[in-house]
Amino acid sequence: MSNDVAVLGVGMHPWGKWGKPFTEYGVVAARAALADAGVAWTDVDLVVGGETVRNGYGGYVAGATFAQALGWNGARVATSYAACATGAQALDTARARILAGLSEVALVVGADTTPKGFLAPNAGERWDDPDWLRFRLLGMTNPAYFALYARRRMDLYGATQEDFARVKVKNARHGLANPNARYRKEVSAEDVLASAVVADPLHLLDICATSDGAAAVIIASPDYATRHGLDSPVRINAISTVTPTFPNTVLDMPNLSTDAHGGVEPERTFKESIAHAAYEEAGIGPDDVSLAEVYDLSTALELDWIEDLALCKRGEAEALLRAGDTTLGGRIPVNPSGGLACFGEAVPAQALAQVCEVTWQLRGQAEGRQVEGARVGITANQGLFGHGSSVILSR
Amino acid sequence: MSARPAIDGWFTTGEAPALLGSRCTTCATTYFPPTPTDRAGFCRNPACGGEEFATVELSRRGQVWSYTDAQYQPPPPYVSRTDPYEPFALAAVELDEGITVLGQVADGYGVGDLKVGAEVELVVETLNRADDGDDLLIWRWKPVTELGEEADQ
Repeated sequence: MSNDVAVLGVGMHPWGKWGKPFTEYGVVAARAALADAGVAWTDVDLVVGGETVRNGYGGYVAGATFAQALGWNGARVATSYAACATGAQALDTARARILAGLSEVALVVGADTTPKGFLAPNAGERWDDPDWLRFRLLGMTNPAYFALYARRRMDLYGATQEDFARVKVKNARHGLANPNARYRKEVSAEDVLASAVVADPLHLLDICATSDGAAAVIIASPDYATRHGLDSPVRINAISTVTPTFPNTVLDMPNLSTDAHGGVEPERTFKESIAHAAYEEAGIGPDDVSLAEVYDLSTALELDWIEDLALCKRGEAEALLRAGDTTLGGRIPVNPSGGLACFGEAVPAQALAQVCEVTWQLRGQAEGRQVEGARVGITANQGLFGHGSSVILSR
Repeated sequence: MSARPAIDGWFTTGEAPALLGSRCTTCATTYFPPTPTDRAGFCRNPACGGEEFATVELSRRGQVWSYTDAQYQPPPPYVSRTDPYEPFALAAVELDEGITVLGQVADGYGVGDLKVGAEVELVVETLNRADDGDDLLIWRWKPVTELGEEADQ
């Protein structure tokens, strides 16, 4: 039995630093997705909202927040929180009810309004919270974690700061024609290397910004899609939201340490296991993938993801990059949307934004950034507290 | 004026300071940061139901897993020791116990003194000053200079 669900519609509110309430972005994205699907809001019988718990909100995001803003329609409601994987977890929740036959057509929506500067923990003294302690005891910011991963690539695989800059140059070019991207401007390697070093070896332009934005997806059972008149809709083949497996031996944000490996390295790292579970669930392999949307919180992290998704062997991502394989027109374009480099991160919306982009690519609607003949797309991200996700879509 | 650890029960001070871990008395898995002693602790090995831990000193030396620095002042609750802010280096260090532990790098050392796989040892230095005037102490990683290398520096 197939566990596929159909994507009826996708929509976004453009990313930026708009400073408006997140609900407004969410409604714009939801209405765009409903219009794209040709589904009336009153027909939606399930709403799943992505939540974020960062400080600085006038309120908290929940499924009901969006349901009320769209006008109470009596739908079932759920709320998901999974840090950067929030959108995928919300999608998974909606998928489960649809596959169980409990709901027919669902709106999944995530939106964010972000503060300026470094993402910092909530106020107050919390001596048992690693996310507070890492700042208090060590001054360990998010970019410092990204920099640790980047430095390992340099010392172990011979990556250079020029390679990292190449990722930015590529993604900036990819995002030029994307109407939802916040940054639509060519960037040169010299620009990246001339920007201030934030956490050695990463420059300011290697690190993604935080943005406002919203993304929404309408999903339904394949039967509903057929009745709705869709012959070959984009299908979601897999949604992986696995937790790490003990022992988790790679240092993850916001932790101060890893589990003890007991002398034996585990079969897969957490990030590798996220992708592995998606491939297993979809019955699709890395060789079948036409494009990937991965979480480039830093330029160097995109290179890690290419290997975590098994699109090449460990230590070979720089060679792919340098050969142009991950550029539009290359063998396996990575972040054709422009990625976080062009969007900046809007946490509860970002995993859904990845799904929106893959949907447009598979429909051949990614104007100005289309991966020709795209049949299968994969997304990947990892967030705080043991969250991560990978979604595989095909047509 | 005196000095005290910035956090209780995570490391020892003195001649040969060390991080303090918790070893599960059932499966012998060691954890850092240590399990709180004033409330229940649960072993996080999914195959173990252990709830009792022994406090153990962790290896004072380890190999650098990776390293970086903080060229911009981190936001609160980080408190800078100096005004204006002075950047510092950070390292993740893999100990013999198989645990990788983050720490700031000892005063006077930067990313240029580090390499993935290089040996470092634990020292205790001043993180910043508390409101009551006490120095707050923290563990740090200090590059180990092998005999014969001094001449190259």
